[in-house]
Amino acid sequence: MGVIYLDHLSGTPLHPRVKEAMINHINTVYGNPVSDHQVGQQAAQALDTARSQVAALINADPGEIVFESGGTESVNHAVKGVAIGMREKGNHIITTNIEHKSVLNSLRTLRLLDYTVTSLDVDSQGLVDPAAVEAAITPGTILISIMLANNEIGTLEPIAEIAKIAQKHKVVCHSDAVDAVGVIPVDIKSLGVDLLSMAANQFYGPPGVGALYVRKGTRVWPLLDGGMQENKRRAGTENLIGIVGMGVAAAVAKEEMPGRLPLIKALRDKLRDGLVARIPDIIINGHPTQCLPHLVSASVKYVEGESLMLMLDEEGIAVATRSACASGSLRASHVLISTGMDFATAQGTLLFSLGRDTTEADVNRVLEVMPPIVQTLRDMSPIYKKEHTA
Amino acid sequence: MYSQIVMDHFKNPRNVGEIPDADGIGEVGNPVCGDMMNVYIKVSGDKIADIKFKTFGCGAAIAVSSMLTELAKGKTLAEAMNITNKDVAEALGGLPQNKLHCSNLGADALHSAIKNYMDRKSGKIKDTAKDREEHVKSREAQACYCPYCSKKVEEESPFCIFCGTEIPHEHDH
Repeated sequence: MGVIYLDHLSGTPLHPRVKEAMINHINTVYGNPVSDHQVGQQAAQALDTARSQVAALINADPGEIVFESGGTESVNHAVKGVAIGMREKGNHIITTNIEHKSVLNSLRTLRLLDYTVTSLDVDSQGLVDPAAVEAAITPGTILISIMLANNEIGTLEPIAEIAKIAQKHKVVCHSDAVDAVGVIPVDIKSLGVDLLSMAANQFYGPPGVGALYVRKGTRVWPLLDGGMQENKRRAGTENLIGIVGMGVAAAVAKEEMPGRLPLIKALRDKLRDGLVARIPDIIINGHPTQCLPHLVSASVKYVEGESLMLMLDEEGIAVATRSACASGSLRASHVLISTGMDFATAQGTLLFSLGRDTTEADVNRVLEVMPPIVQTLRDMSPIYKKEHTA
Repeated sequence: MYSQIVMDHFKNPRNVGEIPDADGIGEVGNPVCGDMMNVYIKVSGDKIADIKFKTFGCGAAIAVSSMLTELAKGKTLAEAMNITNKDVAEALGGLPQNKLHCSNLGADALHSAIKNYMDRKSGKIKDTAKDREEHVKSREAQACYCPYCSKKVEEESPFCIFCGTEIPHEHDH
C-alpha cells in the first residue's frame, strides 16, 4: 500500500502535465531570455508564456508578475521592497500575530533598521478585525501586510475589506497568499491588494519558484540587485525550468479548480467530522466556514503532536504537526497561541492537508487508524489521567 | 531523524503505566515546554524492584522514558542515582541535537523519584506540585539574550547583531 500523503501545505507532488512540460523544456530550451539571438528568444518566449499563465490564474496583467525563488522570497521582496521604496514616506508597518515566518522575520530585520511594527491580535477563530487595522494606521504607515489564508489554521482573512482601508489611507497593501493561490479562486481585481505572494509548490508546480504580483505603480524596490530581469524588480538569470513548471501548474489549476473544489471540500468535511465523532477532546482550529477547503487543523488534547505524527507515519500516513517539539525552535505555534489556545493543547496539533489525489479510502483509513493511536498515547500521558480524575 | 533504537522504544515502550502503591514518584517537565515525565518506583531492600513511567511528549521523550526504566530496573538506589541523562541518550544510540535539552529528562525524573522515596522514608513530605510550578516558571522566563554580550536580541537571530556571536539553534540560551 502506498503512502497516504496529507501534507499538501508542505508541498504538492508535480502534476503530470507540469512534469511533462518541464521535461520538454529541458530537452528543447537552453538559452538566456536576455539574449537577442534566436536561442535566447526561444527562452524569452517560454518566460512570456509562463508569465501570462500565472497572471491569468489571479486575473492580473502579465506585466504585473515578478518571478521569485518561492513564497519566502516573494514575501521578503514585498515587505522589504516596500520598506525601502517607501522610506521617504514613513517607517511604520502593520501586520498580524499569525503571519508566516517569512513575514515575521522580514519585519525582524526591518526593526533592526529602525522601522516600527504594529502586530495585531486575531480572535479565537484567527480573524483579524479590519477596524483594528484602520485604527492602527498612522501618518507614517507605509505598508499593511496580512495573509490571505493562514497556513496553520486555514482561516481566510478579510483582505478585500482591508485593501479598501489601505487604499483610502494611501498605504500599500500586501497579502501573503501562498496557501491560497491555486487552491481557491483568487481574483486580484476584486481583492484590491497592491502586492500578492504565491508559490508554485502549493498547486502541483515545482518547489523553488514563486511569484509576486505587483500592481502597476507600486513602489517596491528590488531585493536582489543586478541586471534588468523581471522589469528591473528581481535581478538574476531566471529559473526558467521552474518558471515553466509554475506557468503550466497555474494553467492546470485554473482549469481544474472548479472540479477539484467540491470533491476536496467533501473529503475534508468527512475527515473533520469523522475525527470529531471518533475522538473525544479534539478541537478543530480556525474559522468554520471562512477557511481553506483542503485543511483540517486539529488539536488532540493530552498528547503531543510529534508522537502522533510519528505513529501515523508508521501506518503510512504523512501529516504535519505544529508541536513545538517538531518545529526546531522548540516553541509552541505562535499562531495557535495567538488564537488563545493554551500551550499544552497547542502541542497536540496535527495538520491534515488534502490534495487532488486524496480519495475517500484515504480518509476512511485515517479515521480507522487515528483513534487507537490517540488512545495509546493518552494511556501513556500523565496529563490525561490528571485532567480526567480531577 | 531518530535512531533505530529510539524508534523501537517509541513504538514498543517498556514499563508504561503507574504503580498505585509506589514508594517514590518523580515528576519533571511540563506540557508547556513540550515534555512531561512521571516515574514511579517500587523499592525492595536497596534495589529498584519495579519501575513504570507515564510521559507526555515527543518520540524522543517516550523513548527516553522507556530506556530509562530498562536501565534502572534491578539497580541499587546508589547505582540508579549515578545514571545520567547522557547515559540514557547514549543507550538510545544518540538523540538529535535539539532534543538533548528538552526531551532528555529521564534520569532527572528517576533521581526525583528516588529523592521522593528518601524523603518519605525520613518523614519529610514533599510537595511535588510546587516543584513543578517552579520548573514551569524557569522555562517561561527564558527570553532571547546573546550568550556572550547579554544584550537582548530578536528571536531566532542567526547571530548577535551587537557582538557577532553565533546563537545556538536550540532554544537553550
